[in-house]
Amino acid sequence: MQDWLKVAMPKGRIYKQASALFREAGLSVPEDEDDSRKLIIDVPAAQMQFIMAKPVDVPTYVEYGVADVGIVGKDVLMEESKDVYELLDLGIARCRMSVIGLPSWKPVIHLRVATKYPNVASQYFREQGQQVEVIKLNGSIELAPLIGLADRIVDMVETGKTLKENGLVELEEMFGITSRLIANRVSYRMKNELIQGLCDRLQAVISPQVTL
Amino acid sequence: MTKPRMFEKPSGVRDYLPEAVRKLRYIEREALHTMECWGYKQIITPTMEFYDTVGTASSTSDHKLFKLLNQRGTTMVLRSDMTAPIARVVSSLLGKEPFPIRLSYHANVFRSMEEEAGREAEFYQTGAELVGDGAPEADAEVIALAIACLKATGIDRFKVALGHHGYLQGLFEYTLPQGGEPQTRLKQCLVQRDVVGFREQVSALTVTAEQKERLEAVLQLRGGRSVLAAARGIADEPAMEASLLHLEQVWEVLEAYGVSEHIVLDLTMMGDFSYYTGMIFEGYAAEMGFPVMSGGRYDNLLQQFGRSAPATGFALKTTRIMDAISSDQQDNERGAAATIIHYDELCRREALTEAARLRAEGRIVITQRVDQLN
Repeated sequence: MQDWLKVAMPKGRIYKQASALFREAGLSVPEDEDDSRKLIIDVPAAQMQFIMAKPVDVPTYVEYGVADVGIVGKDVLMEESKDVYELLDLGIARCRMSVIGLPSWKPVIHLRVATKYPNVASQYFREQGQQVEVIKLNGSIELAPLIGLADRIVDMVETGKTLKENGLVELEEMFGITSRLIANRVSYRMKNELIQGLCDRLQAVISPQVTL
Repeated sequence: MTKPRMFEKPSGVRDYLPEAVRKLRYIEREALHTMECWGYKQIITPTMEFYDTVGTASSTSDHKLFKLLNQRGTTMVLRSDMTAPIARVVSSLLGKEPFPIRLSYHANVFRSMEEEAGREAEFYQTGAELVGDGAPEADAEVIALAIACLKATGIDRFKVALGHHGYLQGLFEYTLPQGGEPQTRLKQCLVQRDVVGFREQVSALTVTAEQKERLEAVLQLRGGRSVLAAARGIADEPAMEASLLHLEQVWEVLEAYGVSEHIVLDLTMMGDFSYYTGMIFEGYAAEMGFPVMSGGRYDNLLQQFGRSAPATGFALKTTRIMDAISSDQQDNERGAAATIIHYDELCRREALTEAARLRAEGRIVITQRVDQLN
């Protein structure tokens, strides 16, 4: 297994796009996540072993070296701040992190922001010179401003459809998000050729960034 | 925090049970013995130091230092590495000792934890410092010694990445002479190993396309000795040139030591410690998620303690090496099972005399009285 790469793959939305990119790069990897619910999938044709992980856990697997490389959204990387190499912007799963609120939003005395990304949100508002109370939620963030839990939210926006349906608007666009190829510090040295090879193959097929 | 349960200990610290201690002692013994054979003498310094001396000189960021107050209200720190305490000793107690000075240590050091588990608040380091010699020869010596120590502890598949602080610094001064924010941001990206971020920052800079190419090109400077030639092509700048010449000489000496096959050059590497001034290196073992050693040249640290001198050194991350080596590696030497002598009151003297005789032979003997087991 020394010449195999252990790849932490995010389950769900990003997997489809990532595996398509791998195939475009000439690596025959399965198109869909295995229905068998297997957590570890051998991909002999590409000399890889996929570790199917919850996206938010991918950097952890890579940091500890149980996976050599991983694919993960920049949103997770920023929130988790793990000690890993961030090697390549894959240009997939493109979306943005935004501050969202009701169209009628005006600054209130006690600012409250609900989000799945408390670290990202705190840092952003601190840089803006605003002191806010950050409320961590795990899902359905859009609810918060509708029912008065928070006056704004920080969340990922892909199409903006959910926001529109709930009568919310993007107040500020914080930054763009794409998926990244990350590597463990030791694997980056010990399996440098394999990782560099993967990097080069992916780099060759990454679509140039569409200007936002 | 809730009141701890009786079995709990603070997070980030470990108990070492006999088997773990045996491993730890094995690594300590092998590494220290190797260092001794290279003429490095072991020293021990206190666990506690003043915040204003060793605390501020160490490159551990302030919030990671364990601080405490003594009865007079002076801030103390638990040492976060051994380099700063050794710099203090070399400048004071050993102030009259002629250079070069070769010292080794094995010690527990303390870093207040990140939020996350898995990072230890107290761990062991075994290391060496070569003070008072600024030559490439000295840098190569500590790298070769570090490799010898890794081998002695039983790690055979490993690599050492070698970089130079001065090269990057020179490149940044050359391409971004106005310094400031853009330089800091680029350095930050390299420290955080964020290659994507580095590329983004470079392309957003308001400098000529030529300068951008130079900065971008540094990302390719990884590999064997040929990297040095490629690095020369990037810019003709004195500090960069001097760094490359130094690395070239280090490489030559490492070849003479017969260890250059383990070395990869990486000119994008920024040391984790802010006091590094010259070459820096880091060692990695197969199947280990974290580096097992690191080191570098720190020519400005000693002057903070009043005795200006160049210095270079390294530390093995002993606690991590412990996890890397299998337990049967050290078994053969001490593997012999203990002899148990059961005795009763009548033959106590004979039993204890026999035990003493066997122990003198180096056997492990346990004596146990058996006629009055309550």
